[in-house]
Amino acid sequence: MTTTTHTTDDSQEQMSSRIRSFLLRQEVILLIISLLAVMFLAFGSDRFLTTDNLLNQGRLLTEIGLVALSMTFIIITGGIDLSVGSILGLCAIILGVMWDPNGAFALPLEVAVVICLLVGTLAGFVNGLIIVRLGVPPLITTLATLALYRGLAEGISQARSVRGYPEEFYVLGQGEFLGVPTQLWVLLIFCILTAVILSRTIFGRAIYAIGNNELGARFSGVPVGRYKIMIYTFSGFMAAMAAWIFVSRVSTTRSDMGSGLELDAIAAVVLGGTSIFGGSGSIIGTIIGFILIQLLKNGLALSGVTTDGTIVVIGTVLILAILINNFIQRRSGNG
Amino acid sequence: MTTAAPTLGQPTRLSRSRGLASRFLVFATSQEFVLLLVVVLLFAVVGNTNPRYLAERNVLNIFNGNAYIAVAAVGMTMVIISRNIDISVGSLIGVLGTVSGSLAINGYPIWSSWLVPILLGGVVGAVIGFMVAYLRIPSIVVTLGLLSILKGGLITVTNGAWITDMPDTYFLAQMRTPEISLLGINIPAIPSPIVIMIVLTLLAALWMRYSPTGRAIYAVGGNAEAARLSGISEKRIIMTVFIINGLCVGIAAVLWATQLSIIQSTVPAGLELQVITSAVVGGVSIMGGVGTTIGAMLAAILLSAINSALVFINVSPYWFRAVVGVLILITVLTDLLRRRRTQA
Repeated sequence: MTTTTHTTDDSQEQMSSRIRSFLLRQEVILLIISLLAVMFLAFGSDRFLTTDNLLNQGRLLTEIGLVALSMTFIIITGGIDLSVGSILGLCAIILGVMWDPNGAFALPLEVAVVICLLVGTLAGFVNGLIIVRLGVPPLITTLATLALYRGLAEGISQARSVRGYPEEFYVLGQGEFLGVPTQLWVLLIFCILTAVILSRTIFGRAIYAIGNNELGARFSGVPVGRYKIMIYTFSGFMAAMAAWIFVSRVSTTRSDMGSGLELDAIAAVVLGGTSIFGGSGSIIGTIIGFILIQLLKNGLALSGVTTDGTIVVIGTVLILAILINNFIQRRSGNG
Repeated sequence: MTTAAPTLGQPTRLSRSRGLASRFLVFATSQEFVLLLVVVLLFAVVGNTNPRYLAERNVLNIFNGNAYIAVAAVGMTMVIISRNIDISVGSLIGVLGTVSGSLAINGYPIWSSWLVPILLGGVVGAVIGFMVAYLRIPSIVVTLGLLSILKGGLITVTNGAWITDMPDTYFLAQMRTPEISLLGINIPAIPSPIVIMIVLTLLAALWMRYSPTGRAIYAVGGNAEAARLSGISEKRIIMTVFIINGLCVGIAAVLWATQLSIIQSTVPAGLELQVITSAVVGGVSIMGGVGTTIGAMLAAILLSAINSALVFINVSPYWFRAVVGVLILITVLTDLLRRRRTQA
């Protein structure tokens, strides 16, 4: 009899500790914070919790969302990519210059889009090559290419913008599909794709392994270099996708597009519980992260706070979220 | 061949046991010397195609224009050597510059409009240092958050209003040293930012090389565990580094604000990148543990010289950033190659 009570006690204890560790996960904490924020913001303005408004916010978060997804992979390996905003700018300019009917190329729009995606992918690939083959730290590599790619965008465009795209080009950025903004479908597909790859494949596990112990991963047969090049290339591709959607949404190309995007994306990833030191994190966390940031921006704006006031709140939330997370991790016995 | 420890300020015992020739070799392959060479070459080549580039006025402008960046880079050098980073410097310069201008036009004594931003910078640095050292938040996250807070806060508070009509005595950065005639050589009047830049850089370089605390910064950045075991308090060093960085940013902000006749109450775009670039191109390894402030100053001057040169050789200034990007990559690569060779 004593043994049975003992086991039930044990399993109960196990159960409660499992619930506790679930509740203490950064994603769950973040979700609770988000729900609280939504409730709070809904009181501030009755326009906030309307389908129209929320779907419109979806339009605005797609570019940051796409980039944040690939950034999650990179940060989990312990790396960082500061050049994504510049790649976005460069790709946007390439798209405009290649298509511009009055310009030197005047290519069909489809071809221009393909070139735009290729250039972004190539830019990411170059980042990966420099980091892996030449052994330059990611922070420095992408800081250099941040300047380089933005410089190329500025140099190529000479501060001229390209506008007047054909009507069908705007479907991606301004149109709807089944009542939902087109780009949200794109974002959704990439969310599912990256979430599955990161959590359900050998490649995904290898990404965590690299972040936890790169040398260990190498010794256990993970092709560390190749995988790293792949994720930086993917990051470039995602920035190019974001550029395509961005140009289609705002109907013009400018060389300063996407400046500061890298900071928003990193904020979303870190807010989502991915450790900046690498080794842990999840796509779900990142998704909650960028949604929370966008909801804060929008909700505060509707409550009459200026955009700049909102930036202050986001910065504070970022630091607080990390502080709380650190505190909880230490309390729950990791420290 | 062990031409190890190529940088001037890195604490090294090698030079003591070596002859003059190898000592010269160490000096000649140092990042500082290479940078100096590049600056001189640039002046020679561009001056050859367009002599107006070498006019006294333009040369002074080149040195003067980036002096505040060089001053901020002194702090950044220490931050990066201790294996941290500060991406909020641009925003902080904007905020402190606005504070300085506001004090000046609101009737506070001029000296307070110079001093308060510097002290305030130190306080902000202490807050960053506390969060990094004691609360264990990575510096990139702290300064990323702070960047948003400062940037947004500045415009929220000021509504982007311009500050004008500062009193005449306010413009510290536009003051010059008196012209001196020494032994028949006329030394032209030197703008104060250049003087401040040089004095501060040299002081910092000496302090980092010869004082226990200064040397501890290299130790913490080079090998934190070893530093801890030899009795260095990593937390205190990181705290010190960020406070000094804040003070430097404060001085940079005053130099930046006092050279303008209108302070726009905004954060200068991309400034943090220029400061970090100066430190890195100056030979500060992002891996921590290596580098000097002298290199950072030379790099800041080089950036300014390149920017000015583009105009004089008729290249669109829109290419400037691309040139900077290539420059960072080249310097980092040569640094890596050099280190690989010395390790082999």
